[in-house]
Amino acid sequence: MKQPCLTIAMAGALLVSGAATAERGRDGHLGVIYWQAPSILNPYLSGGTKDIEAASMVLEPLARFDEAGNLVPWLAASTPTVANGGVSADLKTVTWTLREGLLWSDGSPVTAADVVFTAEYCLDPAGGCSQLAKFDDVTAVEATDDLTVEVTFGIPKPYPYGPFVGATSPILQKAQFADCVGAKAPECTEANFKPVGTGPFRVTEFRPNDVISLEANPRYRDPAKPAFATVTFKGGGDAAAAARAVLETGEFDYAWNLQLAPDVLEDMQAAGKGAVVSSFGTLVERLVVNLTDPSPDLGDARSTRAHPHPFLSDPAVRKALSMAIDRNLLVEIGYGRAGRPTCNVVPAPAIYASDANEDCLARDIDGAKRLLDEAGWRPGPDGIRQKDGIRLSILYQTSANAVRQDFQALVKQWWSEIGVETELRNIDASVFFGGDPGSPDTYQKFFADIQMYANNFEGADPEPYLGGWRCGNEPRPASQWQGENVPRYCDEDYDRLLGRMAKTGDLGERAALARAMNDMLVRDHALIPLVHRGRVSAHARSLGGVLLNTWDSEIWNIADWRRIR
Amino acid sequence: MIEAAPPGSSRGRDVWLRFRRHKGALLGGGFFVFVLCFVAVGPALWTVDPQFIDIQARNSGMSAAHPLGADQLGRDMLARLMAGGRASVAVGVAAMLLSLLIGSLIGVLAGFFRWIDGPLMRLTDLFLALPLLPLLLVVILLFRDTLRTAVGPETGVFVLVVGVIGATSWMQTARVVRGEVLTVKEREFVLAARSIGAPAHRIVRRHILPNVLSPIVVSATLGIANAIITESALSFLGLGFPSDFATWGRLLFDATDYLQRYPSRVLWPGLAISLTVLSVNYMGDGLRDALDPRTRGR
Repeated sequence: MKQPCLTIAMAGALLVSGAATAERGRDGHLGVIYWQAPSILNPYLSGGTKDIEAASMVLEPLARFDEAGNLVPWLAASTPTVANGGVSADLKTVTWTLREGLLWSDGSPVTAADVVFTAEYCLDPAGGCSQLAKFDDVTAVEATDDLTVEVTFGIPKPYPYGPFVGATSPILQKAQFADCVGAKAPECTEANFKPVGTGPFRVTEFRPNDVISLEANPRYRDPAKPAFATVTFKGGGDAAAAARAVLETGEFDYAWNLQLAPDVLEDMQAAGKGAVVSSFGTLVERLVVNLTDPSPDLGDARSTRAHPHPFLSDPAVRKALSMAIDRNLLVEIGYGRAGRPTCNVVPAPAIYASDANEDCLARDIDGAKRLLDEAGWRPGPDGIRQKDGIRLSILYQTSANAVRQDFQALVKQWWSEIGVETELRNIDASVFFGGDPGSPDTYQKFFADIQMYANNFEGADPEPYLGGWRCGNEPRPASQWQGENVPRYCDEDYDRLLGRMAKTGDLGERAALARAMNDMLVRDHALIPLVHRGRVSAHARSLGGVLLNTWDSEIWNIADWRRIR
Repeated sequence: MIEAAPPGSSRGRDVWLRFRRHKGALLGGGFFVFVLCFVAVGPALWTVDPQFIDIQARNSGMSAAHPLGADQLGRDMLARLMAGGRASVAVGVAAMLLSLLIGSLIGVLAGFFRWIDGPLMRLTDLFLALPLLPLLLVVILLFRDTLRTAVGPETGVFVLVVGVIGATSWMQTARVVRGEVLTVKEREFVLAARSIGAPAHRIVRRHILPNVLSPIVVSATLGIANAIITESALSFLGLGFPSDFATWGRLLFDATDYLQRYPSRVLWPGLAISLTVLSVNYMGDGLRDALDPRTRGR
């Protein structure tokens, strides 16, 4: 009788000690639900947030931003600055030093050659790299020894934290991607679906547009992390189902980007299973105006700069469309406390936020009508304004989502009040943001007149984001429909300001330039900002360590997440 | 013996008499007529624009201005229910007619002409094996823009949805009709018609078709129900008609987010779909009993 008691006591003691020393995988399983399903795990081949964030569990950058927007070294030993000698005095060279002893999840060491290769991979002109803007002005990336990389820019780079910083620019393993450079990049399914990484988790199964199964990376640098042994990263469905799965049924531990009617979310939170968290970053819900002709008759030249838009190329029409919108009401209906009306595409950080466009906040239907009258757009027999046989009839598309759908209906009514006809179209979010060059319904192809979605920039510097709208960066057949200049905006003055910003080191001056560019974009109404959105996500009450980050991947610190008992 | 029957007991009257004895069918028929009136005449009486946003009235309950309340943007639910029913019932009836036409044609051809029977039935098998929803997605992707420029967005989607539902739901009809034709064409009166040299098209028209009418009519009623449900499924997936164009399926889809706070918004379109489909099914049931010669006189 004595022995079994002893065994039990010993087992008990073992259990206690096991719980006391934090060991990898101690908290079992973690369920994460993103209602947009990742279709690829290579951020260099996708502009979709869902793909980039899913990949951030596996692939890591040299440095990234924490929840307050500060730059923190990640795979690098420290953040290079002029002060510590990491950035050269002429602002042209940055020297990154990798942490020692880093291993890929397959056991091979992480070396400077991997970092160099990552740059080559993205800079290959045939590759259609989605993150090319991060590598602007990079002339050379060289390994000086096994752990040191020197990034050289063609011009002084006052803000050199583009390449290899943040979730959009992680390090790829050279051994895995060596044969996937250039035009072959999208063909490497195995590598793109199961990248070897340094992150806390590694992929065990990837089902595109559905679910990713991951397990703790046995070679992760911190032996006590991650706390979870396995992760199921479920994609797809809709925001309501995702919110319900965390807040009401408790099937999942974390749900991303819950764009739901505010009262709906509050009701769900009342169930007590989870908590809603939010924070304001740079996310702006905007209308993007197609400055090129999306007519299907144009074939390959459809929505390319070869043909200007029949009526949206008229600034008066674009301005009138913006004036007819009541942004305050949109916020009230769609976001509640998780949003505020805005007239800027760069709404934060504070020094970059322009205050010169606040007049858009007041809705002005009469002014819009007058503007259209003056521009020669007169109401036709059916009440729709026209000029020279061109009717103001707009195809307005967005991703299928309850709030966006309500916005569409409201905006349609306001535009009808100024004599503009609107046809609405909803596209499944996985398709709309999927970036598949074979689908006609992606936001990059933009086969519509106006589209609505939200976008933001990572980190605290808006230069790469503003650089997205430079001339020549528009999605087009030759670029495999990749590129960030979705409105197909092209203005020499804008590009000149961009050039100046690339040479300016003083933070105050940079901010002034960024504000000027923001003002150009929104006063030209190539973009019509609607709502500055806070990110709203939800986590189970039993999940600890969540620090909602609007400056980087939302699950940037998943290695620190743990179960609260 | 038609001459011997008393005037007024023609076949149609006979069928009606027996249809009337089927309580469920009568009730179903009555309700279907009510639904038709509701969606066809209703908007003329209740003249609120189903797309008009009265933002002050959003989420309001039943009132004189909005008898069934208003949705999250303040659009009138009654008007939307009527407009939605119009689209759903129109899709149902049009798709049914199309599938009936294709199904009967293929069924009669396959049953009557032996040499074409094999290929046509294999074609039927092929269509039966096609999954409907993925096919619809592909078709909508391929032809949406073409049809939109040709006939406008809403008509374009209507043609597309009706066309696809019709083209993928004729197989049951074709099989049933073929079976009936196979038995009927061996009967003596067909043999007689053939022996006096009647051409094939006349035999089909005068002798075969009237005798296979009952399975056709029954599959027609089932087809309506099927098409309404498929259209709802499409709208439910956010496909098909534009998002502000009300159909019953779309109303249901929009309301699911508000299921707990405003259950009536799910209730009305859900009830409309279920009751319409149920009533049409009962009608089909009654018609089958009424038209089946074997149950005649019971």
